Amino acid sequence: MSGKPKLTYFNGRGCMESIRWLLAAAGVEFEEEFLETREQYQKLIKGGALLFDQVPLVEIDGMKIVQTRAILCYIAAKYNFYGKDLRERALIDMYVEGTADLMGMIITFAFTPPKERNLALIIERATTRYFPVYEKVLKDHGQQFLVGNQFSWADVHLLEAILMAEECKPDILSPFPQLQAFKGRISNIPTIKKFLQPGSQRKPPADDKFIAQVKKIFNI
Amino acid sequence: MSGKPKLTYFNGRGCMESIRWLLAAAGVEFEEEFLETREQYQKLIKGGALLFDQVPLVEIDGMKIVQTRAILCYIAAKYNFYGKDLRERALIDMYVEGTADLMGMIITFAFTPPKERNLALIIERATTRYFPVYEKVLKQHGQEFLVGNRFSWADVQLLEAILMVEEKEPTVLSKFPVLQAFKARISNIPTIKKFLQPGSQRKPPPDDQYVATVIEVFKKD
Repeated sequence: MSGKPKLTYFNGRGCMESIRWLLAAAGVEFEEEFLETREQYQKLIKGGALLFDQVPLVEIDGMKIVQTRAILCYIAAKYNFYGKDLRERALIDMYVEGTADLMGMIITFAFTPPKERNLALIIERATTRYFPVYEKVLKDHGQQFLVGNQFSWADVHLLEAILMAEECKPDILSPFPQLQAFKGRISNIPTIKKFLQPGSQRKPPADDKFIAQVKKIFNI
Repeated sequence: MSGKPKLTYFNGRGCMESIRWLLAAAGVEFEEEFLETREQYQKLIKGGALLFDQVPLVEIDGMKIVQTRAILCYIAAKYNFYGKDLRERALIDMYVEGTADLMGMIITFAFTPPKERNLALIIERATTRYFPVYEKVLKQHGQEFLVGNRFSWADVQLLEAILMVEEKEPTVLSKFPVLQAFKARISNIPTIKKFLQPGSQRKPPPDDQYVATVIEVFKKD
């Protein structure tokens, strides 16, 4: 046993990617077990590792934690990415729920039948509901980070969302100068910079193979 | 200004109900402003109160908090419903995410076109994925509450989920004796008992009028 957190998920982004980002931001090395077959999934369920028969699963500090938000909250708190008091925590929670909603649209996009996909809606939400909020927050207080003048979960999550949105539309940040500067700044933080380099545990966008594998494992 | 938290939402359950439950469990009095028209909603947006143009909104301790989970986490932590350390918090988070997923199915049920509704799936999930988990947790440690031998957010939300599912299928707890005892026990906690009585701020299940109001308020121009 190595003592490192162990992540169980598909070999792709999905709901686990935000967890990989946060561990990486905190400079925490982690191991991964990839779900590749239905048999593996059923074996995990039989073994009792998945509380609600779902992944992501993260084994950390002797606990088997499921539910993406429960995992993220634990990691954020443990590695001091969750603000210094309840008020900062509330701000961070609000901001990450916003970026999670946006990224959720992009995650499900890959699994939506092509005829029903609505990329325009994702772009619209990003540019009219979400990015303006973070642009304003940064502009209003003029600090480097979203909350409490300190690097937090909210910053990691926002960078992740920005990069995902840019994959949908490369010039999506053009109306948002603060976010452009933010992106440049956060990308240069050493742990983040390392994660953004080839060879890290960051996963590529969903491709047909990933989608087929997930569908097969969950029998959908 | 009364100093009480103020909740802005429709006059119905939706995503605000879990927040009402938690405040009630903590014995915290709160005020409510009900969204009834599109104009009211647009005025709220223009005024900048809704960070992402969405409700629920809770004004508390000088903050305007949106996003259901952000609000719930703040209330849980403030009123000591969030466990005593990180490990207990992780357990509570896991358990409330499970009950939130189950209740989410029921919340969206009212807004699903009748032909597409799948009540059987909700009951199946309740009885094969969710309730067995909580039954087992309680049975294994034999304590009164889900986490840390103390009344927490996880207990409040589980009771809320049980009652919601029972509204759809009254016998749903028949195979879960430990949950039946849990339901009775938590229902008898004075703050919960009060909330369960007629005249409290607990809201009824969604009806056609509620659904129509929500659709009208969020209608795109």
